[in-house]
Amino acid sequence: MSTATIAGVEVSVNDEGFLEDANQWSRDIATEIARNEGITELTPQHWQVIEFMRAEYFEKGTGPTVRALGKTSGVSVKELYQLFPKGPAKLAAKIAGIPKPRGCI
Amino acid sequence: MSVTHRIVVLGGGTGGTLAANRLRRAFADAVITVVDEDDRHVYQPGLLFVPFGLTHPEDIVRPRGRQLHAGIDFRVTGIERVDVAEDRVHLGDGTVLDYDVLVVATGARLAPEETEGLLGPGWMTDVFTFYDLVGAAALEARLARFDAGRLVVNVVDMPIKCPVAPLEFCFLADWYFHERGVRDKVEITYVTPLDGAFTKPTASAALGGMLADRGIELVTEFNTGEVDGAGGRLVGYDEREVPFDLAVVIPVHSGAAYVGASDGLGDALDFVPADPHTLQSGAKENVFVLGDASSLPVSKAGSVTHFQGEILVENVARFLQGEPLDASYDGHANCFIETGFHKAMLIDFNYEQEPVGGHFPSPVGAPLLKESRLNHLGKLMFQWFYWHALLPGRDIPGITPDMPVAGKHVATAPKD
Repeated sequence: MSTATIAGVEVSVNDEGFLEDANQWSRDIATEIARNEGITELTPQHWQVIEFMRAEYFEKGTGPTVRALGKTSGVSVKELYQLFPKGPAKLAAKIAGIPKPRGCI
Repeated sequence: MSVTHRIVVLGGGTGGTLAANRLRRAFADAVITVVDEDDRHVYQPGLLFVPFGLTHPEDIVRPRGRQLHAGIDFRVTGIERVDVAEDRVHLGDGTVLDYDVLVVATGARLAPEETEGLLGPGWMTDVFTFYDLVGAAALEARLARFDAGRLVVNVVDMPIKCPVAPLEFCFLADWYFHERGVRDKVEITYVTPLDGAFTKPTASAALGGMLADRGIELVTEFNTGEVDGAGGRLVGYDEREVPFDLAVVIPVHSGAAYVGASDGLGDALDFVPADPHTLQSGAKENVFVLGDASSLPVSKAGSVTHFQGEILVENVARFLQGEPLDASYDGHANCFIETGFHKAMLIDFNYEQEPVGGHFPSPVGAPLLKESRLNHLGKLMFQWFYWHALLPGRDIPGITPDMPVAGKHVATAPKD
């Protein structure tokens, strides 16, 4: 664990750059993480997914998988990959300031 | 005054059977009912061997009812839904079962319909799965006349049952084509959504090395968007493509369909959330979850179900006696990994401890994370234990629900 300055704020991050504390997150932080990951602009559809992931995380303690997102977020799996290339669950979780989804065993 | 407890067990597979048999012994007067939609109990670890002609469908199927102890009521019918609030199950044949305790053990089902094209042209001619009996048997016939070309083994998404089985399939295919003298004409490619051969780092490195040693290509972080049987290619959501002549696909898994029809019972994929240690469901205190049906972060595997079974029965007993649920499952899993050429590896791990080298269950025992003939024999012998010890609910000497630490090469002292 280390600290990083994102959007002018000092936050704790893990070695892959995921926030350690979801409460340190802000929309500005999300925008900057997204930019560093090659997403230049977060559209309303991006925000829909980000807000949904945060709500799921605070309710259940873990972020949803891509498949669960496709079934419940109102955005199809295909669209999720267009919005967050290279693995929506991981990338969207990073931007949403929640831990990397546990994946599976 | 004695009270007759009504216990309903949904599912007559590994978990349902061993739980019902253990509960029968624990509660001589309880009314125990097991429900399943058919009377065919498949020894699922055997499915891996069917495509290679190493076992046959009739050798791995027995009647479910016959695995249940006397005095257990077995119903063959579908399940419509569970009314969690009313402690009641509605069955497909119209009957209704009221319960004091419900055990959900209906496992995972394959959902090939969720992947575009998977059930389209080429399904069961050039695109197969070995995760059910029909598919495994059909694949045997297809493999027998496959002499050259590109064989692709694809895991669409996690979680799946027995996450090592697709790797074992690759190892056995390597061996199989080698024995048939055509290995140099067959390309084998393993395509996975994970970032390595397996989920846990030490085992992933070891297994990845074994793929490389055998000339099996590894394609990682591939999220299958479409299986194009007519065009002979997997298409990823990121537009990468993997061509094939024969594809062996492990479809995505869901929980049983009735879970989705039961308010408050399951999650988005119809798996049932439960406490990782007590196995009590999140839905209601008198509902417990066993094996593949749960959404717990453990492998969907028979060993997990076996270890959980003991804990679950103890906690059901405590619940019925109004005591706190203090039996605790530690996430213990134990898997033989068949590697071909009469050898196998063994891995043993839990929620905290990833699979490492060493020996199981103690410093003198079967080698861990290392190929050996002993492990291969262990894997073969396991089928006997399954029908004669595990399902009847007997304890297997030396094998405990808690993961053993002695014998493991662990870097740091484990937490107590």
